[in-house]
Amino acid sequence: MSSPAVAVPSRGKPAKANLSGAPVRRLLAPAVIFMFVWMIVPLVMTLYYAFRRYNLMMPEVTGFAGITNFKLMFTDPTFWDSLINTLVLVGASLVITVSVGLGLAILFNRTFAGRGVARTLAIAPFFVMPVVTGLIWKNMLFHPVYGLLAWVFRHLGLNPIDWLAQYPMLSIIIMVSWEWIPFALLILLTGLQSLPEDQIEAVRLDGANRWQEFRHIVVPHLGQVLYVVVMLESIFFLTSFAEIYTTTSGGPGTATTNLPYYIYQSAFFQYDIGISSAAAIGAVILANIFSIFLIRFVAGNLNTGSRR
Amino acid sequence: MAIVELKDVVKNYGGKGSDAADNAVDSFNLTTKDGEFIVLVGPSGCGKTTTMRMIAGLENISGGTISIDGRDVSQVAPKDRDIAMVFQSYALYPHMSVFENMAFALRLKKLPDAEITARVQEAAKVLDIAHLLERKPRALSGGQRQRVALGRAIVRQPQVFLMDEPLSNLDAKLRVDMRAEIVKLHRKLAVTTFYVTHDQVEAMTMGQRIVVMLNGKIQQIDTPQRLYEWPANIFVAGFIGTPSMNFLRGKVGADKRSVANEHFNLTLTGARGGALAAHAGTEAIVGIRPEHLSYLAPNDPIAENVLSGVVEVVEPLGSVTMIQVQVGPYRVTAQIESHLTVAMGEPIRLRCQTDKLQVFDATSEQSLLQAPAAS
Repeated sequence: MSSPAVAVPSRGKPAKANLSGAPVRRLLAPAVIFMFVWMIVPLVMTLYYAFRRYNLMMPEVTGFAGITNFKLMFTDPTFWDSLINTLVLVGASLVITVSVGLGLAILFNRTFAGRGVARTLAIAPFFVMPVVTGLIWKNMLFHPVYGLLAWVFRHLGLNPIDWLAQYPMLSIIIMVSWEWIPFALLILLTGLQSLPEDQIEAVRLDGANRWQEFRHIVVPHLGQVLYVVVMLESIFFLTSFAEIYTTTSGGPGTATTNLPYYIYQSAFFQYDIGISSAAAIGAVILANIFSIFLIRFVAGNLNTGSRR
Repeated sequence: MAIVELKDVVKNYGGKGSDAADNAVDSFNLTTKDGEFIVLVGPSGCGKTTTMRMIAGLENISGGTISIDGRDVSQVAPKDRDIAMVFQSYALYPHMSVFENMAFALRLKKLPDAEITARVQEAAKVLDIAHLLERKPRALSGGQRQRVALGRAIVRQPQVFLMDEPLSNLDAKLRVDMRAEIVKLHRKLAVTTFYVTHDQVEAMTMGQRIVVMLNGKIQQIDTPQRLYEWPANIFVAGFIGTPSMNFLRGKVGADKRSVANEHFNLTLTGARGGALAAHAGTEAIVGIRPEHLSYLAPNDPIAENVLSGVVEVVEPLGSVTMIQVQVGPYRVTAQIESHLTVAMGEPIRLRCQTDKLQVFDATSEQSLLQAPAAS
């Protein structure tokens, strides 16, 4: 086994020279094929269907549709509702997860008795599947009769709230945030732990109080990490589906219908693959706008922030 | 500009069953002069950095008091002690430009912008980094970062400077340059400075007074010259000076002036002559620095205060030659003139400069000599 490995250096050629003869294309092929089948093909198919007449209820109506699907989508008030709902959900969840996650990260960066256990517990929600999250919150926490929150409210002498009916969007935001705070916590905590101790000491000797220390040293240090958290989370929040599907089903009315759920509804309730595909293209564009905007904003912020 | 006074300062990191024997720093007493350059030196883990961090307030003290200009700061937060520190890793703020790094402490003090700019420019000029003010720390070389770290301390015009091995991350040549530069800077600013290092050359060249520490205890506090001439014990004697002192074990002779065994007989002369009066017959360790041994030609009639042995190692350094000579059971290092040719395996005779000898008690390892009072 080891003889060819030994033979290579003994020929006196640098390893790089041998690499040029390696079957680079063939070695890359599995990854490229995988990417192609899982990303490019569905994307192209979606693009194709978005311009086709393709309603499962009317199988005989086929053919090129032009921009009809997009016209129908843009005139559909549900689409606009879902767009606004998506933005509200993403924005609110981002604010909550990042701020609570940062607070918890600062807390867990200190040493206290039982930190290991507490940290594990704090991270646990991340390992719960979205569907299970939805079911747990719906049946065990939010439920107006059997739910934990209802029990607490009754013990405080208050009327239990039917969360999913009265505050549907807030409920979804709470669930999504609950699920994703651990993610923000984990990443921000590793960021905090990579902050050199002597910088904190230097800034203390420079006369900074706790807030100035946080504002001028900790936050700039976390800049990159915050960027990663916001970036990844907004991509995940844009595609929130399971929590909505298992709890409110987009309701009441369109109160919690976000873009993914709108796509799902058009395809599997109205059986209109064309409109669904058009909406999916819309979602792709939205995701790209989001990420470009974020990259610009955060990168710019990093550069100017470092000058301050 | 301040007088720093450490009184019975103790640091104990606690832990199970820890007592005074576990003290990281044990009853540290030192009063500086105004504007003095104090070097804390010792091997790793001797407590020198801990002592400095206690002065800074980054470590709590377990006992004793630290005062600056008569004001007890033992319980004062680091930010209120008016102390600036230069860290071994420099600890520059990576997201700020050099200017902002230096201006940061002044901004926190809410000084007017004009004054901040003036002070930073002034310090930058002194340190020769005025052309780097817009750069980020990561775009600087090690030596430049070092200067910025110094600048950040200078602009604050603090009462006390603390420097924690600031030169240890620089290459050898730059270290020598910066060494001189820091000394020059200190002379100019005349701020009381504590400087921690494990390098005895740095300590000797920079310190006005040197605190030699071992295992949390002060071994000796003295000027470089007196540390070299009158080390208080074997540790200090071996620590100060390169190559380090040779130690030979013998007995104080009946004449109360000599230390001898079957391999040598060395008689103290000069100021040291009478020092052994009370110690006749005690086991003693005699210390000779390599530079106080000189080559003796084979036909030279001198026979007193001579070590004879066999050359084991010859290390020509250009200006001088270091040789190691086996004298009985002892390996003795000597520094001889480079024009002398000695060959390995040959017998050699070395003459001792007897007015420079050190004599230590073999059990307590303390010096038996009486250092003259400091001038």
